[in-house]
Amino acid sequence: MERQVLDIFQWVWGSHWDAVWGVVEPVWPLVWTLVKIFLIIAPLMLCVAYLTLAERKVIGAMQVRLGPNRVGPAGYLQPIADGLKLLFKEVIVPSQANTVLYILAPILSLATALAAWAVVPFGETLVLANVDAGLLYIMAITSMGVYGVIIAGWATNSKYAFLGSMRSAAQIVAYEIAMGFALVTVLMVSGSLNMNEIVMQQGSGWFADKGWSILSWNWIPLFPMFIVYLISGVAETNRAPFDVVEGESEIVAGHMIEYSGMAFALFFLAEYANMILVSALVATMFLGGWLSPVGFLPNGLHWLFLKVCFVLFLFLWFRATFPRYRYDQIMRLGWKVFIPLTIVWLVLIGAWMMSPLSIWK
Amino acid sequence: MEFKTFVFYFLSTILVVASLRVITARNPVHAALFLVLAFFTASGVWMLLQAEFLAITLVLVYVGAVMVLFLFVVMMLDINLERMRQGFWNNLIPGLVVGGLILTEMVLVLGAKHFNLDNVPNPPPAAAGYSNTKELGRLIYTDYVYPFELAAVVLLVAMIAAIALTMRKRKDVKWVDPAAQVAVKRSDRVRMVSMPAEKD
Repeated sequence: MERQVLDIFQWVWGSHWDAVWGVVEPVWPLVWTLVKIFLIIAPLMLCVAYLTLAERKVIGAMQVRLGPNRVGPAGYLQPIADGLKLLFKEVIVPSQANTVLYILAPILSLATALAAWAVVPFGETLVLANVDAGLLYIMAITSMGVYGVIIAGWATNSKYAFLGSMRSAAQIVAYEIAMGFALVTVLMVSGSLNMNEIVMQQGSGWFADKGWSILSWNWIPLFPMFIVYLISGVAETNRAPFDVVEGESEIVAGHMIEYSGMAFALFFLAEYANMILVSALVATMFLGGWLSPVGFLPNGLHWLFLKVCFVLFLFLWFRATFPRYRYDQIMRLGWKVFIPLTIVWLVLIGAWMMSPLSIWK
Repeated sequence: MEFKTFVFYFLSTILVVASLRVITARNPVHAALFLVLAFFTASGVWMLLQAEFLAITLVLVYVGAVMVLFLFVVMMLDINLERMRQGFWNNLIPGLVVGGLILTEMVLVLGAKHFNLDNVPNPPPAAAGYSNTKELGRLIYTDYVYPFELAAVVLLVAMIAAIALTMRKRKDVKWVDPAAQVAVKRSDRVRMVSMPAEKD
């Protein structure tokens, strides 16, 4: 793609191209990377905006209501209106708050939610950074997401906010281990930490050769891991039914209680960006990423998009369906159910791979 | 100046300042957060050395797990700076001894002629397709498998010991077995009684 872009510039500048290129060349890699980052972030932010609308519409439909339908045609401009409203509201800093950390916290949560996108593959060559340790990078960056919440809770200097951040720290640490083990099984069967190779590996196998790629994806042989990862993903993003961190009826809004205006909007964006990220990771790791489910249709970005939408729909469905978990039950599920389950499955997969019945040659 | 050199000095400056702030910051939460910054920056420096596996593991383990729990504890402390200063002169001598020992060790390792830059040259540049992570995994599970397993067992024992030390059975806890909660039937809780209507 870089080649074509340069060709277009060359055509635009005509005979002056050499002079222009002489100036531009030293900074071109930087510029090109920034362009690619923009090409990922801009659609992502649009998706975040419309995910909030989709959430309200879907939950509305599940509760036999209409959902937002006033702003724009059938309510489709609602997220724009919400965004503008938050943008023009005053950011209030509590007088006893630690101002620097108070402002830093929402930025930190959004930054980690966006940074992980660097290694998510959108196509065979469509990836910002095709690094070998991609999966590790994802685990490292997503594990930093908790800082935004803890720092916000502490810097606000309020009891509810502090309780929220304590709950969040305990919950995220509990589910991260199960999540990590689920990813370890994926990297075992793929034999690689590179995200693109993980996708590619899912496109090979007995079923894929017969044209049924969908049956070769990791979600069938690693089905328990798929479920554990999905549920842990919901818990990591603090979504219902694991939303004790901001449980409205218990601690009002947890760490976000004193935030207003754009600072609050950043937390909001981070939550939805994290949801999309977890969905993209589920799609990449277990649902074949950008691979087409059947042999006669071409692979491409649109498959990843459809899979992400499917997982996001599950997120919304959970929220509309399940009552909130009690706190001790969340801890029990994380530590006493998921971690033993993932460890046992890890050993089983290891044995399976070493046995003659192994399907990952 | 080469771009890489610039990045190195940039990261090193942040690292040194952050490390200094860890021991000079008055608020322990700030100190812990500066330690997070120091870890993160150190991982950047390691990345420059092309040790991407170690760099990412540093972030994953120390920033993502250890420091979160550390902050968790530090944030819940009720800090009284006056009381913390009281023990300063009593702890000065042991502190100086430990600091002096660490300094001596570092001088011995880094200053001696066996480890200076001339005797430990840069490794030859890696061939294309060389995977740091794979190579590390191969070494750990072949040449160094026994020390590695030994370290793992030591950590496991330490973990079990820590859990055993802190575990205590509380008598007054109102915990209910979730399986029993799920298996409960209406007849366990409610009794339907048929009563004739009473006249007033």
